[in-house]
Amino acid sequence: MEDFRFFIEVLVGGLLSGLMYSLVALGFVLIYKASGVFNFAQGSMVFLAVLSFVGFMELGLPFWAALPVTIGMMVLVGMATERLVLRPLVGQSDTTLLMATIGLAFIIEGVAQIAWGVDVRRLDLGIHDEPIMWLADNFEILISQLDIAAGIVAGLMVVALALLFSRTKVGRGLRAVADDPAAALSIGIPLSHIWMLVWATAGVVALVAGMLWGARSGVQFALVLVALKALPVLIIGGFTSVPGVIVAGLIVGATEKVAEVYIGPYFGGGIEGWAPYMLAVLFLLVRPEGLFGEKIIRRV
Amino acid sequence: MFYREAGQFHTSYAQDTQLFPLRQDRVGMAITLLAAFALPAVANDYWLSAILIPWLILALVALGQNILMGYAGQLSLGSAGFMAVGAFACYNFILRIDGIPFVLAVLLSGVCAAIIGIVFGLPSLRIRGLYLAVATLASQFFIVWALDKFGWFKNYDTSGVITTQPIIIFGHNFATPAEKYWVVLVIVAVLTLLAKNLARGSVGRAWMAVRDMDVAAEVMGLSLLRTKLQAFAISSFYCGVGGALFAFAYLQTVEPSAFTIDLSFRILFMVIIGGLGTIMGSFLGAAFILLIPVFLNIVFHAAFGHHVDSTLTSALEQVIFGATIIAFLILEPLGLARLWQLTKERLRLWPFSH
Amino acid sequence: MNMTMPIQTPQRAFAVGAPILELDSISLRFGGVKALTNISFNVLEHEIRAIIGPNGAGKSSMLNVINGVYVPQEGSIRFQGERLAAMTPTRAARMGIARTFQNIALFRGMSVLDNIMAGRTLHMHANFLEVAFRLPRARREETEAREKAEEIIEFLEIEHIRKTPVARLPYGLKKRVELGRALAAEPRILLLDEPMAGMNVEEKQDMCRFIIDVNDHYGTTIVLIEHDMGVVMDLSDRVVVLDYGKKIGDGTPAEVRANQDVINAYLGVAH
Repeated sequence: MEDFRFFIEVLVGGLLSGLMYSLVALGFVLIYKASGVFNFAQGSMVFLAVLSFVGFMELGLPFWAALPVTIGMMVLVGMATERLVLRPLVGQSDTTLLMATIGLAFIIEGVAQIAWGVDVRRLDLGIHDEPIMWLADNFEILISQLDIAAGIVAGLMVVALALLFSRTKVGRGLRAVADDPAAALSIGIPLSHIWMLVWATAGVVALVAGMLWGARSGVQFALVLVALKALPVLIIGGFTSVPGVIVAGLIVGATEKVAEVYIGPYFGGGIEGWAPYMLAVLFLLVRPEGLFGEKIIRRV
Repeated sequence: MFYREAGQFHTSYAQDTQLFPLRQDRVGMAITLLAAFALPAVANDYWLSAILIPWLILALVALGQNILMGYAGQLSLGSAGFMAVGAFACYNFILRIDGIPFVLAVLLSGVCAAIIGIVFGLPSLRIRGLYLAVATLASQFFIVWALDKFGWFKNYDTSGVITTQPIIIFGHNFATPAEKYWVVLVIVAVLTLLAKNLARGSVGRAWMAVRDMDVAAEVMGLSLLRTKLQAFAISSFYCGVGGALFAFAYLQTVEPSAFTIDLSFRILFMVIIGGLGTIMGSFLGAAFILLIPVFLNIVFHAAFGHHVDSTLTSALEQVIFGATIIAFLILEPLGLARLWQLTKERLRLWPFSH
Repeated sequence: MNMTMPIQTPQRAFAVGAPILELDSISLRFGGVKALTNISFNVLEHEIRAIIGPNGAGKSSMLNVINGVYVPQEGSIRFQGERLAAMTPTRAARMGIARTFQNIALFRGMSVLDNIMAGRTLHMHANFLEVAFRLPRARREETEAREKAEEIIEFLEIEHIRKTPVARLPYGLKKRVELGRALAAEPRILLLDEPMAGMNVEEKQDMCRFIIDVNDHYGTTIVLIEHDMGVVMDLSDRVVVLDYGKKIGDGTPAEVRANQDVINAYLGVAH
């Protein structure tokens, strides 16, 4: 029973952090769907967003003022990226675009550190990293309030985005743009509006993800590496599938934590650093199109 | 003015397939090599050990990355991982095999890296582009983790850091910066020549064929499996040898975390800025990435004296790297090597360019 | 090479011989879509064999079956009387089948010369160490490849663009370089997928001349797909006509032209 309780704790912890991976990965999916760009800089945007948020608060802005200011800033960053980096590279290969966004990641990380310094900041969202008493008392299972709160927020964001994609006019326009930008333009979908909206949404997603991670483990450069874990999530879930990414995030989060706790000790620990990538590679060999992706038949 | 090809005719295909068909290029290369050997006479130790040695080594690694990415078209983000394999393999060969010649140990380290490269190259048969990039990230994180966690690789050194053995060739200890520079120069020069031969021969054509149009390559009878894995192996060999030299001739005290993903990205940048699919580009790109921090340092010290915050310069360095990459991708995707070539072509026609 | 030669030579250097390639009851499906249904025909050594048909008739699929890009669900292929279970592109290449593609599939980043030399893959046996150290076998093969490539370049009259990157060439020349790359393999059978599509009249005439010259000069058996009926009739010895994945005609150009099914297919009579 003791073992089982412990397993539940590990699993729930994994699933909750998995939701946060899903959230970061959704930022990638959003931009990939709208403009066909694999935005490697999404992780850096997470870092920039939350660091700026904390920075604005340090400058004296209250929480509710710092939030819109940061979002506004992220929209500007997104628009600048679209105008200065992606537009001149329209029609280039996926690989070229990927490399450009790696360059972008370097710029964003550099700018963030020049603007706000490199110190680790604490972010207090008013929820403490303590076990939920009710669960602890009744079932002797220790699950952090912060983890649950973060999981709930991430879950809500994920659901909201999924609805945005599938139910709204904007979402439909977005899918049309992803399928064929020229055709979408010709039937009167305003491309630049859509793209702006997408980057704005990606910015918000980055900020929320950054705040959740930041509250948990401090606002610091390491967030970029955490965000990189969204890559295996994307591979497993498929670059364009919202439900795929959600499920994949849960799988990656759970696998990583369970593997770390039960297998890690035999190898001196630290396997969660690479386990998700290995999982993605194994997955690729079996199912290259992703969890819910469509099989692509190459024609000659 | 002296760059003229008039009067030089090639009367056989063998002549036309020489490394440097123009006499001026041949003479130029000979002078460059001689100058490179004579350099320690004028360069001080700082330049030798802080600039020239790492430049040659990183150019070699960039060359490896370029073979895989520029010639064979397989995107890899894990070159630093293969460098780490080379570095720790070399340490262990010299540690565990008594009297193994240094050069042999370096070459064997390259072979170790090549074998690991083949293993991590296997997914390239089923996946491409972005997907492959993620697979190579797996190799990057896994290798560094494994070297870090298994004490055997570091001879159970409690500090987690290894100190490389002296470089001894034919009983002579190559200890001074100039001596190390010569060792590095010879190895890099020979491997560069071999890479050039591969690139311009049937092997290079096979790589480029797979890169440009894999279906057509297969229809011509090329085995995609063999060609891709060969590119992975040879590329990793170069990274491995580079890693061994990086450890022995440059860092000397090495920990696995010296080979982070950040280094992999820098090597990627060298290749893009230098020029994909060119040998020369690897050297130009490595020089560019290495010299920017040096240049920044000089500028900052000149401007602010000695009160420069090093975190600020390194952040600024990042911004400049990122911006340069994007600028090259947009403005000159073929990199510095293309600019160099254009200059040479102008020179060939100068002053009658019309 | 006599370039003033008339298009139809009365006496050809290589007389049409026995069947080299026999396709028997080939059926190919993609999911539920039938691309080819029960198709049989043969190709004789040294002949020029055309496969024609309206768009979507399954011509390209047929070619892809012959060189192993697609594997048919039913039917068999015999090469020189030997039955082949499953063809793969590499295996087809080894048996001496080379091809060109409908949408040009040149190696974009390479020069004309390198593209053609790359076509000689199967004649290059030196391993990577021999190439790296330029050992005698590698050097000899390289020189041979260069000689052969130059012969083809001269044959196709593209000396002036030898060192040009192929991405910079106009369409017609690209098609010619692709033919050159296929020829470099010294194939026994050459598959040409719409070699004249998208060309102007002059370019078409040139291409016709090259195809006939290849057949006459090297004795290469040629299987070509073409959309343009007129060109095919002048060029080929025998013609297979496909429509909706089925064979509706097979014979000499004159026979095919007189075939009522073929006329209907081309004139669009309702099925």
